[in-house]
Order: sequence, then C-alpha cells, then structure tokens
Amino acid sequence: MVKRFARTLRVGLVLALAGAGVAGCAKHDEGSRTLQLWTIGREGEAVAKLLPEFEREHPGLHVEVQQLPLTAAHQKLLTAYAGDSTPDITQLGNTWVPEMVALDALELLDARVAGSKVVDPADYFPAIWSTNVIDGKLYGVPWYVDTRLLFYRKDLLAKIGYDHPPRDWAEWRDMMAKLSTPPGKTYGVLLPTNEFEQLLALALQQDDPLLRDDGRYGNFRSPGFKKALAYYVSLFKDQQAPMMTNVGIGNPWAAFGQGFFAFYLSGPWNIGEFRKRLPPEQQGDWATTPLPGPDGPGASNAGGSSLVIFRRSKHKDDAWALIEFLSRPAIQERFYQILGDMPPRRSSWDVPALKNDDKAAAFRDQLERVKPTPPVAEWERIVTEMQLVAAQAAHGDLTIDQAADEIDRRANRLLEKRRWMLDHGHKASP
Amino acid sequence: MTTSRAAWLFITPALIVLGLFFLLPVVAALVLSVTDYDLYALADIRNLRFVALQNYWALLQRPLFWSALGHTLYFVVVGVPLSLMASLGAAMLLNSPLARFKPFFRTALFAPVVTTVVAVAVIWRYLFNTKYGLVNYVFDSVGIPTVDWLGDPHWAMPTIILFAIWKNFGYNMIIFMAGLQAIPGDLYEAARIDGASAMAQFRHITLPMLKPTMVMVSILTVSGYFQLFAEPYVMTEGGPLQSTTSVLYLMYEEGFKWWNLGSASAVAFILFVIMFVVTAAMLRLSKRGEPA
Repeated sequence: MVKRFARTLRVGLVLALAGAGVAGCAKHDEGSRTLQLWTIGREGEAVAKLLPEFEREHPGLHVEVQQLPLTAAHQKLLTAYAGDSTPDITQLGNTWVPEMVALDALELLDARVAGSKVVDPADYFPAIWSTNVIDGKLYGVPWYVDTRLLFYRKDLLAKIGYDHPPRDWAEWRDMMAKLSTPPGKTYGVLLPTNEFEQLLALALQQDDPLLRDDGRYGNFRSPGFKKALAYYVSLFKDQQAPMMTNVGIGNPWAAFGQGFFAFYLSGPWNIGEFRKRLPPEQQGDWATTPLPGPDGPGASNAGGSSLVIFRRSKHKDDAWALIEFLSRPAIQERFYQILGDMPPRRSSWDVPALKNDDKAAAFRDQLERVKPTPPVAEWERIVTEMQLVAAQAAHGDLTIDQAADEIDRRANRLLEKRRWMLDHGHKASP
Repeated sequence: MTTSRAAWLFITPALIVLGLFFLLPVVAALVLSVTDYDLYALADIRNLRFVALQNYWALLQRPLFWSALGHTLYFVVVGVPLSLMASLGAAMLLNSPLARFKPFFRTALFAPVVTTVVAVAVIWRYLFNTKYGLVNYVFDSVGIPTVDWLGDPHWAMPTIILFAIWKNFGYNMIIFMAGLQAIPGDLYEAARIDGASAMAQFRHITLPMLKPTMVMVSILTVSGYFQLFAEPYVMTEGGPLQSTTSVLYLMYEEGFKWWNLGSASAVAFILFVIMFVVTAAMLRLSKRGEPA
C-alpha cells in the first residue's frame, strides 16, 4: 500500500515537473501551451477523437489527455490535490463535485457562464445543472448525463398480457410477480446487490429528502425512505430479483436475452451493449421506459459527469475554451455517436441521431424528472453504507426498521464533522 | 573515550536514516491517530481537531472493524498452518535423495513468489470464474456442484487463502530446504539402524532439528499474513458483502479512499499492537520447554 501511495506521489511529482516544464516553455514561446485534461473511464478515448478539431481552432494549444480508471479516479484526484499536482481541467462525477468544493479546489464558473455564447444554463436539464451548484455558486458544466431507468423485454410482457411498460409501482409489481415463474429460475428484475443506484433511484422518488437540517443528519428513518427500502427488499424476499452482485451475474446481457430476468434497472451505456450483444432477431424484443414511481411516472437519479477547472490551473481561459468546445451541441452529438454518452442539453437532443432513436427517447423523458442527491462531501460514503445495510436487509439479516435505523446511524456518524463545521462557523463549502 | 566517539560517528548516518524514515513517520502517524485529520482538514488545517482516543474508541465500536479483524484472523489461523505445511512438504520432496530435476522444480515452485500479484490475480480470477473458470469446469465434469468462488461470501475467503498460499509457499520452502540440509545425515542413519520408520524419523529427528527454523518461519509468516491486503485488493476489492475485507484493507479504504487519515492511523496502531502481542506470545511459547 505504501508502495502504491509512493507511486501515486511519484506520478504526481512527474506531472508537477511536467507542468513546471510547460510553464517554463510558455515563457519562451507564448504561442505554445499545453492543457492537462483528465478523464475517467472510457470518455478519454472518445474525447481524443474530438480534440484534433479543438487544436485546429486554437493554434498553439495542445491538450494532453490522461485516462484514469474509474476505480482509482477518486483517490487519484484527492492525492493530486494533496500533492499540489492537479490538472487544468478534469471530468468529475457530479456526486464528487461537493467533495472537491469542500477542498476549495475548483474554479468558480458563474462569471464565465454569464459571458458565454455557448453555455446556456436554461438549455440544460435543471436537475443535472443543479448538481454543479453548491450554495448558489457554479463549479462545473455538465458534460454528459447518466440516469437509471428500466430496460425490459416487450415479448415477455406480452406473454403475460401487457402491451405497455409499467406505469407505477403496483403495476410493475404485478408484472414481476407474474414473470417470476418458475420461482428461483426466472426473475422479474435484476438489481445487482453491490450497486447503490437502484435503491437510490427508488428513494429519490419519495417526497422525503434523504438528509435533513441542511445535510446535518440522515433522514433514512423517514416513512418515504422506509417505503422505498421495503419495496426494494421485498423484491428479493419474494424471489422476484436474484440475490446477485454484478460479478455473480457475469454477463447480464446474455441473461437478459435468455429471459433470466425481464426488467433491468440500468443506465444509458447499456443501449449500446444490448444492440451489440443481442442477436438481430431479438432486437425488436427489448425496449426502454422511464422508471415507474409509487403513483405514476417516477423520478430517478441525476447522475453524470461534469467538466471542472482547478483553481491552481495556469491556463484557465484555455480550459474554459475547451469546456465551451465540448458543450457545443454538434460536438455533443458526435460524442454520443462515438460512445453513447447522453448530452445534458435539450438542444443537443434535437439532432436526428438522438431524436429518432426509440431506445433513447425514454431517457429524454426521464431526464426531465431526475433529482440530484444531497450536495454534501460525505454523500458517496453515506450511499455506500446505505447499500451495504440494504444488502443485509435483502439477505434477511435485518428488518426494514432495523436497516433504516442502522443506515441513519451510520449517516449521522459520517456527518459528525460536517455538523461541527457548520455549527462552529467553519465553512463546509467555501 | 575516542573509541566510543568513533563508534557514534560510524552509526550516526544509520541513526539519521532510521530516525528520518522510520521513527519520524511512526511518531507522525501516532500524532495523526489522535486527530480527526480528514478531507476538511486537508482543505484547511484549522478544521483539524484533537480527539484524543476517540478514533480508537469509534473503531472498537464499528462492526466492520470487528468483522475485518475476524476475516484477518481467519486468514491467519487457516492460512499460516496450511502455508507452512505446503512449504515443508515441498521442501522435503525436493530434499529427498530420490528427487530428479531438483533445480528445475526448485525454480518452478519458487516462481510464484517472484511474479507480480496483479498479473497472477488476473489468471486466478479466470480459473475461479463461476461460468468460464477451469476449476468449475473440472468440478462440473466430475459431477461436483459448482461454486461461485469469488462471488459467494462463504467461498471468497477460502479462495483468497488458496491464492495466498500458492503465491507465498515457495519462499518458506527455500528456508526449510536450507534447514533440512543442515540436519546431519548420520542422525537418520542411526535411526534407520535402530529400525525407525519414515514417520518416526520425521517426528523425532526432522521436526526437532527444524525447530529454530520453524519458529522463525512461522513468526515471519504470521506477521506477513496479518498484513493481508494485496490479494483481496486485486481479487475481490474486499467483497462480496465485505467478506474479504481485512484490517489493512479497511485502513486503506479509510485512509486513501476516504482520506480519513486520523482513523486510518488508528487502525494501523491497533493492528501493530495485535501483531506485537501475537508474535511475542509465539516467541514465548517456543522458548518454553527449552532447557534453560
């Protein structure tokens, strides 16, 4: 572990040196500058295809892309901050924004957006935009969106007598009950027990907020959360969802094709996966639909990634130019075509590639009904603990009330420092 | 007077290096462990609080800490004896006068020790894959029900133990071989003349003569196995259902994933105390029964 840390530190050092070298060069040759862009996961490859055009438009500006694997991105960003070697601009999961803001690591973008001809806040989905606003100040521009909804098998629903996807929890429940035969062999829905997004989406559909008193305490004992948790847990108890992690299921696409489960609560990247992995004769059998809520169409999570500029960057104007470039609807269309990442602006959805895509339409609909998660730095930990306890409840080790109490207790413990900061006039976010 | 000064002069460089790179970090970690150094303190040092022993107290109340400790003890209690048996068995086979191609086997059995954990973990993950793994394929063709090796909370730790033993037994094997070679051949000769069986020779000659080696090897292995981290990190990431989260893995998550360095340092010191007590007890036990 020490070795690992040393390596990260070393990487950081090398980067810092590289940065210093670049800064040194810049003095000699004003025309040639290098922007450091960090990406997380697959986005790096896609953005590399878009950048030549940006570099053509901005002679003398070179963008260096560094791809971080998702599993290491979080600690790498924090280590870079601690080691004073942050890049100019990075992709940042929008649930990580509050953490980086708590560190006071990010540049304020309000003034730049106000003066921009490209980035128009009104054009963005409001809930997605708001994940970048902390205490009324803007720290990031949404790059792509990621929300969870239902993938389902039309043919299997038709077999049990439904010609439409579920509209509310009760109808969805009836469908899953009918689909889960024979029990233990076939299931209604796949909810991997190691992913928190599914329960989170159900919990966000409730009116009760997930944290209370300005994020000082957890609100997991609320009737709303308990209702979501009870619904989630009962799916496992009644053998309508398999007790499986996404490692255990191995290949969810093949299992979906074989009818092992009929509903799959997942995200936009799976449109491409199903198109690629299911045989042509099955392509007409599956569809997507917005997430049903307790009574009628429900909310889902406002996930996705934003682009942020670090305060320590020496090329903030150039970094902003890159953000503007990547925010153009035409560029976002190409980004979608390369990777399937969905654009955060409504005007980007008007392009034919997205407008005429029946599978994407459900996402367009869902995006008008997404909710952000509480903007506290501790959120990632809280939601991780939530899922660990929920998995125990699904396993039958805890009752709903016990599980809700336990999640609340863990959340309150994690929020202790935040309470102290707020109560003693320290700023939890600058 | 001058000799003692000269002696001090000679050890000063070593002392400085030790102090700077060993003592100072340990003291710094001890100081960290009584503060709540976290993300907020990283942003602004004024957000740092002195919390005395609260980190320790909070840890002792956390179920995850106890289950991590339980997993670590499980790994040590099951893994160490099995690992020692594998090492000793391999060493005796290689040491046998009947063994052929000794250098080849010695190298082959030692090879896992010098390979990278990450690289072999990839292969092991394939071997133990539920659907495509060789292990389940063999099980299936023999008619034994297949197991979700890395996905089932009950089987993940045994799989990790197997992996760790395979990875590490070669090292102890080499030490045991050296120990075996140091046993005088005339002892065995005399035993054979007295009509002792192979089993009796092993019990009454090999084991007693190997005792010093055995004590050293088991203490090293126990302290090594207590620091279980790389195997779950690359194989299971602490899961499923946190069933392979070891104490060190918990420390890593606290410290580097969530940046609670105060609490992470407290974990480190608790683990240090446990390891110190266990190895000291082992040393005492091994000295008992020795002629004073």
